[in-house]
Amino acid sequence: MNTFLQLVVNGLGKGAVFALLALGFVIIFKATEVVNFAHGSLVLFGGYLVVVTRESLGWAGASLVGIVSAGLLALLLERLLLSRSRHADANSLALLTIGVDVIITEEIVRRLGVTLPFLGDAWDAQPFQIGGITLFRTHLVALLVAAVLITAFTLAFKYSNWGVAMRAQAENREAAALMGIRSSRVTATAWVVAGVLAGVAVLFIATQDFSGAGLSRGTHSIALAAFPAAILGGLDSTAGAVVGGLVVGLVEALSAQYVSFDFSKSAVFLVMLVVLVVRPSGLFGTRESTRV
Amino acid sequence: MSDTAVKSPAPAPPAPPAKRDRTRLIKALLWIALLVVLLAIPLYLDAAWLKAGQYMMIGGVGAIGLTLLVGQAGQLSLAHAFFLLAGATGYTVLSGPAEDERVFGLGLDPGLSLVGAVAIAALLGLAFAPVSGRLRGIYLGVASLSLVFLGLYLGQSAETLTGGTSTGRTPQPFSLFGFPFTNDGPEIALMGVPIRQAERTWYLFLLLTVLAYVIARAAVSSRIGRSWRAVRDNEAAASVMGVNVTRAKAGAFAVSSAYAGLAGAMTVLWFDILKPDESEFGTYGINISIAFLAMVIIGGLGSVPGALVGALIVNGLPQVLSLYSADLGWFSGTGDGALTPILVSSFVYGAAIILVVLFEPGGLAAIGRRITPSKKRHLPEEQGK
Repeated sequence: MNTFLQLVVNGLGKGAVFALLALGFVIIFKATEVVNFAHGSLVLFGGYLVVVTRESLGWAGASLVGIVSAGLLALLLERLLLSRSRHADANSLALLTIGVDVIITEEIVRRLGVTLPFLGDAWDAQPFQIGGITLFRTHLVALLVAAVLITAFTLAFKYSNWGVAMRAQAENREAAALMGIRSSRVTATAWVVAGVLAGVAVLFIATQDFSGAGLSRGTHSIALAAFPAAILGGLDSTAGAVVGGLVVGLVEALSAQYVSFDFSKSAVFLVMLVVLVVRPSGLFGTRESTRV
Repeated sequence: MSDTAVKSPAPAPPAPPAKRDRTRLIKALLWIALLVVLLAIPLYLDAAWLKAGQYMMIGGVGAIGLTLLVGQAGQLSLAHAFFLLAGATGYTVLSGPAEDERVFGLGLDPGLSLVGAVAIAALLGLAFAPVSGRLRGIYLGVASLSLVFLGLYLGQSAETLTGGTSTGRTPQPFSLFGFPFTNDGPEIALMGVPIRQAERTWYLFLLLTVLAYVIARAAVSSRIGRSWRAVRDNEAAASVMGVNVTRAKAGAFAVSSAYAGLAGAMTVLWFDILKPDESEFGTYGINISIAFLAMVIIGGLGSVPGALVGALIVNGLPQVLSLYSADLGWFSGTGDGALTPILVSSFVYGAAIILVVLFEPGGLAAIGRRITPSKKRHLPEEQGK
């Protein structure tokens, strides 16, 4: 029973990080209907800048730089590439982000070479025990940070002007534009927010407790596991992203323990497949309907 | 003014049959010339270049399959690498010696095994129909990605089939009706050039690629291709017009998987080893799925000749670069941060995807169509999106 509780706590901690990433996918998708395949490279980019600046700025400063620069890179992508091809449909823009992802990822992996630095200096302390359960600090900090960020996002999404504009645009792009909502600004902020969330997530991913490996190609593929999280929840549902993230974290933790570590990666995708067969647009996604 | 209008030349009548016949003749001659060049290449190039060319043909076969699925039938798939693994494993297991204690084999004839591998991949593609039929767009893309992860797991755990990640297993060398595609068997020489393993494999792969191309072109212009395009453009309208949408989608997935299975069997013959991946980035990993998608996008979604050109770029570049690097002294750096041919070609095709989507969504095929005016223009349904 203790093992189980421990797995649940650790799974939720991991899931919180997946939720941050999945939320990034969902925000971008809601604002632009583009699925951002370059999300993994935003994660790597943020992490890489932490590594580069850590010597001179210390952990906190470097983390800030990493988070901000992941947001800026996302903004740059949107402004330089995606906003320039309005005529292209959302699917080909998704393919474009694949091209971006290949370039950024290969370059960062090349720069990292064989050094695979860990990022979680600030709390990479000993795991500790509460009532017979071993807990990792990374998971707890991740849960806390994710809870704060997601709550803040939800509130902003509901009550702020930005959130209203965002929801209006998600509902009907043209009508929103006619009502005076600047669609380019909404789109740009959506990308920045997604980039920032990716920058926060990498601080947890490239740690001993989370992945057992430093910043590397593997970090990118962990970010990829947020894909099933977003899809499973429903690509256009922010609540779905959070639920999807937690489900993915739990499935991964439990299957790694009870089946095998190798299986845990595919377990996440299998669970997603089952959900999709039952509900083709995810748990909370809007169902597509066709009128003939 | 009216009489000048009468005198002005009437709108050009449709090209006279003689002219159309001539363009057709020129086209046919060009195809024959290309085929002659491809047939003659082994007589002039050495084994290393033939090996590089074979790798491009593997890419070509796989890319044709994916362009039928993504471009013609409009179903985004990231599962291509999985079916590649299925074909590779299928060939190795079917043809593998039956008495081996470590790994499982059926000891079938290699030619039969190749057909079997293609059939296995096609059946697996068909088995995915309950999922692929229900989903579309990005949802299908990510759902199909799960197959790659499943393949990674199965490759690691089904060691009696795949040989495991540490050692892998050697496939049976290919032979057709007793004729070996190795250095054994009858000594053959053409114009003084001995036709040995590299040359024989070149001809085998060329035959397979030509077959794949011809079948794909036939499928595209037949009613099967029309039903795929109808489903791609509008599922509801297609079903109203009497297309069985579920069947068309499942069929497209099976055909595309069969192509990937063939490419997989070719891959294992090319590498001369079946070695499942240790991580999701490897011979049968996500990166391969993305590379095939890149070929298809660069070539122009839905265009069969475009897929071949895309394969030439994406699969050919690393091969050609590494062959030239020895001559030119490039890529001599090693260790951290070294530029490798694979890395450089990743940059190139990543950039090519971006440029194609931004400036020429029809890919290289659209550029080709623009510079060679032909009657095809009037049949937009035959072009990819």
